[in-house]
Amino acid sequence: MNRRYLVRRLLQVLPAVASILIVTFAIVHAAPGDPVVAVAGESGNQEYYAFMRAKFGLDRPLPQQFVTYSANVLTGDLGTSFAQGERVSTLIAERVPATLLLMGSALALSTVGGIVLGALAARRPFGPFDLAVSTAALVGYALPVFWMAQLAMLTIAFRTGWFPVQGMTDARANWTGLHHLLDVGRHLALPALVLAASEVALITRMARTGILAEMDRGYVTVAQAKGLSATGALVHHALRNALLPVVTVVGTRIGFLFSGAVLVETVFGWPGLGRLVLSAAQTRDHPVLLGMVLLVAFSLVLANLVTDLIYARVDPRIRYR
Amino acid sequence: MSTLASATADAAAGAGPVAAPHRWRAALHRFVRHPAGMVGLALTTLVVVAGALAGRVTASDPFRTAGDPLLAPSRAHWMGTDNLGRDMLTSVMHGAKTSMVVVLGVTLLASVIGLAVGVVAGYRGGWVDDLLMRITELFQAVPRFFLVLLIVALFGAGLDNLIYVLAFTSWPTLARVARAEVLSVRDRDYVEAARSIGASDRRIVLRHVLPNVLPTALVVIALTGSRIILLEASLSFLGLGDPTVMSWGYLVSNAQRFLRVAWWMSVFPGLAIALAVLGINLMSDALNDVLAAYSKAPRSARWRRRRSRPASLPAQLPVR
Repeated sequence: MNRRYLVRRLLQVLPAVASILIVTFAIVHAAPGDPVVAVAGESGNQEYYAFMRAKFGLDRPLPQQFVTYSANVLTGDLGTSFAQGERVSTLIAERVPATLLLMGSALALSTVGGIVLGALAARRPFGPFDLAVSTAALVGYALPVFWMAQLAMLTIAFRTGWFPVQGMTDARANWTGLHHLLDVGRHLALPALVLAASEVALITRMARTGILAEMDRGYVTVAQAKGLSATGALVHHALRNALLPVVTVVGTRIGFLFSGAVLVETVFGWPGLGRLVLSAAQTRDHPVLLGMVLLVAFSLVLANLVTDLIYARVDPRIRYR
Repeated sequence: MSTLASATADAAAGAGPVAAPHRWRAALHRFVRHPAGMVGLALTTLVVVAGALAGRVTASDPFRTAGDPLLAPSRAHWMGTDNLGRDMLTSVMHGAKTSMVVVLGVTLLASVIGLAVGVVAGYRGGWVDDLLMRITELFQAVPRFFLVLLIVALFGAGLDNLIYVLAFTSWPTLARVARAEVLSVRDRDYVEAARSIGASDRRIVLRHVLPNVLPTALVVIALTGSRIILLEASLSFLGLGDPTVMSWGYLVSNAQRFLRVAWWMSVFPGLAIALAVLGINLMSDALNDVLAAYSKAPRSARWRRRRSRPASLPAQLPVR
């Protein structure tokens, strides 16, 4: 990776961050009523309003307000949730680990599952298995993820009784060590599967397209001419190149995973950001919702940056001009 | 300008892709012979009919009690009743109406904004293009689902507000696609020819540029529609829908506490969402096959494209 690319790519972060700040600032100010209500909520406490007005500089001209707002956001100071009376940054930070565990598991499951399914489907394009996978993907696209979660409860959890349907740990038992991990795993299995299922269609399709395109290339033909089986040529040669697109969309998928996780968590009572968002939505707790927008937006910027840097490191062809 | 001008312009471009009426008729012929497209059309029609009949063949107020609570599906209540004794079939049909209103309103608004921004940016170029595209990127930098949550919480959850918010956040993809399409035809010979014989910008855009943007735009608009259904359902699932109208997302979230005793409260509204989204996705996919893919590629390339495309899948990422 050359330095020129690194510098250019790092500089691209700036307009993205500026966009996020401008859009959220504009929306909070475009909302009907006093912007202090948007930042501080409808608590009605005049003293608190005065405090927040001073803190966010809401009594000063707009450009100055924007600077104050940006400074607050960039230092992680998002104000206080009026429904829970705690700092938004604390509330979010407390719940991020559980959500990341769910998202990470779903990301891993759907990536591995999608690549395997895509490779199997690519063996015989338009064959029975390929058509079955395509049809399943089409249906998968249409199911809302929160309903998929309820269906998983109805069809798997209630029937078999293997999977607990609420929370992250068993409240009655106080496991430690390995038992604790197993307990969490048992609670995690179903939500992670549901979230992965909502993602797997996309990966399958990308893997299939990538593999089909790559298997037509000369180097694969050469490998096969030298006696390698089709599977061998795929695994040892084509797969690396075919899967690059799958890796590059990880950044985009983080956004879907966040919203999907929030909805799935609501159904399974997973103690992550989902419940926080649900209660914030129902109590119109704007500071928390604003915090979520910022969290996800900055995560996307970071994820895209990391993906691009890894990509450039893996593939030396990538550089600017 | 007379039609002579455009006729000359068409002739100048050889077999230019401007023979619009003929092309649309041919596309229609292909569409009715596209099995997946017809299934999609049937599903979408089913939802539209259900929505149109809500309040006519069913009770006009879906929130009214119609029988005992938690009755399983039976002849009297085809989809059972919910925890408050409301008829689920009535609710689901009223939900179809709500979804229809939202989807129509949002796609209409978003199409106008998206096409206007995309066509102007692509056709004008220069600083206008730069400015409009920077604004489009501004919108795309922020995650849509959470942005919509915040806006609805700030501005209120009435149905009209919901439509504005969803439209306001749904146009960027269309704008980018429309711009790209405009760029691909802007410098074609037939546009050049029309300009050289003095056609106005308005005429060039309406007669020569827009007809070439529409096929692809229609596919994107249909996909926007199916995403809007999912997004509206997610919002009302989280309690951010309009509380005065029935919606599928609300029904599914209401079913949550009764899952163990009343599967029908979850299954029927969820199925309705899935069928509506599937229907529109299948149609947009068929549109892609009969319009976008065929309009540009010569015959041989058409086949190659068909084979390398995965069988019947939406062309773009879904948003949940």
